[in-house]
Amino acid sequence: MSVETIHWHTFFFLLMALLACTMAVAVVVTSNIVRMAFYLVVSLGAVAGLFFLAGADFLGAMQLMIYVGGTLVLLAFGVMLTARGPFISMRTGGGQWILAAIIGGSLLAVLLQVAFSVKAWTGRSLAQHPPAIEAAPTAGPIGLALLGVRPDRLDQQNAGLRRGMSGYLLVFEIISVHLVVVLVGAAYLARARKRPGQQRAPAQPSPSRRSPLPVGE
Amino acid sequence: MAEFFSQYLSPPWLAYVLTALIQVTLILAVVLTAAGAFTWAERKVSARMQDRLGPTRVGGRFGWLQALADGIKLVAKEDIIPAGADRLLFRVAPYVSFCASFAVFLALPFSDGWVAQRMDVAVFFILAVAGLEVFGVILAGYSSGSKWSLFGAMREAAQVVSYEIPLALCVVVPVMIAGTMDLVSIGNMQSGWFTNWFVLHDPFTFLTFFVYVTCAIASVNRAPFDLAEAESELVAGFMTEYSGFRWAVFFMAEYGSMVAVSGLAAILFFGGWNGPLPIAHWLGLDHGSLLGGIGNFLGLCNFLLKATMGVLVMMWARWTLPRLRIDQVMTTCLKYCVPLGAAMLLGAMLWTYAFPGGLILSSQTLLFTPACATGLTCAAGSASAIPAPLVAEQQKGR
Repeated sequence: MSVETIHWHTFFFLLMALLACTMAVAVVVTSNIVRMAFYLVVSLGAVAGLFFLAGADFLGAMQLMIYVGGTLVLLAFGVMLTARGPFISMRTGGGQWILAAIIGGSLLAVLLQVAFSVKAWTGRSLAQHPPAIEAAPTAGPIGLALLGVRPDRLDQQNAGLRRGMSGYLLVFEIISVHLVVVLVGAAYLARARKRPGQQRAPAQPSPSRRSPLPVGE
Repeated sequence: MAEFFSQYLSPPWLAYVLTALIQVTLILAVVLTAAGAFTWAERKVSARMQDRLGPTRVGGRFGWLQALADGIKLVAKEDIIPAGADRLLFRVAPYVSFCASFAVFLALPFSDGWVAQRMDVAVFFILAVAGLEVFGVILAGYSSGSKWSLFGAMREAAQVVSYEIPLALCVVVPVMIAGTMDLVSIGNMQSGWFTNWFVLHDPFTFLTFFVYVTCAIASVNRAPFDLAEAESELVAGFMTEYSGFRWAVFFMAEYGSMVAVSGLAAILFFGGWNGPLPIAHWLGLDHGSLLGGIGNFLGLCNFLLKATMGVLVMMWARWTLPRLRIDQVMTTCLKYCVPLGAAMLLGAMLWTYAFPGGLILSSQTLLFTPACATGLTCAAGSASAIPAPLVAEQQKGR
């Protein structure tokens, strides 16, 4: 195994982490909203790359689907709502900078302290034994757990912990009902409001629809 | 392969880099060759449909080298950036589209086990990545500083975001029958006679395929759903301000995703690399190192043929049907494709529950292979377990 002289896992981890952090900083310092969204997408995509690197391919695909795809919708609305001038730039006031720096800095301090206090993450144990990157079956156990069956419960030795490992059936059902309600609500809001008595009152013509020539009047 | 190269190269890490470069080049070659070949095919097909000849001179009688000549012309053209454009995003946008289109091929198997990265969630990964192609289009439309571009990009955003839902619903049906999202396993479950293909599994999957075709054409932004580049209204939509190489990159991305969705359809519905008759099985080409390799190569030819057929159907649709209006596009999606997809999912679920071994032509009667048997029992066992969470996750993605 002489080809293992470079720890490729560490190399790609550093690459992806650097990309994610740099782009996250770029989101903060940019004032153009579409550039912000672009940097945000790159940053989130790099985080998805970290998930793939850790062997969590289902989580990585979800990250791409939800966060990166969700930013896409955000971007579409951002362009639609702000594109009055050619390229809008948003100015941030000094007070907001200070407030954001305090909140962000304190969160960073807490996270750093937690990260360095975990024994397993210190030293070179990870670099010497990088986690195996294989096509592990991730989707099946997650799907079963959503239906209330935890396959990893059998591997847990501690009986006390094993009792706490329940499935996610209730959460799953609540989310499903919630989504159905959202869909029904959207259909209700978007339906054509026509009542039998109000047929004669025409909708107010929008300015864009009004033709310059009085056709048929 | 890295171990093989490390015998000859002095710094060992160079072997890894070389291996990675070779694999990336192989996938890139697929995308670029497909783009070139299908550009030529599009010209010939459209010409035949309009009673013309199409390219006839460049490189021989059939104009084989027309795509190459086009490429040289596009590379030689001046790369213009409008004065009012956001220069950074304008430059980056085509590559964003192309990267998304290219990354789909990482998880797309070309034959039994011939895949760049075999993933447990390959189908889901492909859907997630293919949906990102629209990002480059929005960036292009916004950064061009032109209202035609912006209109085109907004139309594309609305269309693609809407059509992802029925597309995902259609993809879930074969996934549910197979009981896995691993495309290699899905392909192998359909080995044997063509009656094992999922499109002939039951009436619901048969109809699902046609809904899938509609949604796939819409999601890769081809006519009759090409509102984003409607040349009769928006000049060229989001590509109005592009010229030269960057314009060509957009087209490579479009043709790449056409091949990708066709390949996905071939694997999900038409047996992937398995031919209509199990010829490779009769000849004993399904095991062993050399024989298995030959069998896999035949499978590759099968797969490419099916993907090409899919792309040709898309061309046929493009040159036959008129372009839809934006409200018609949305009506097709929300009023027809989504309810049809949901009904097909429900129907296929009930069918699998009622006839776990197939109705008439089950695989056991024609050709018994272990893959078929495990596939069917797996489908029967996990049909009730897999679909519901997956659907919920697709909906959560919205």
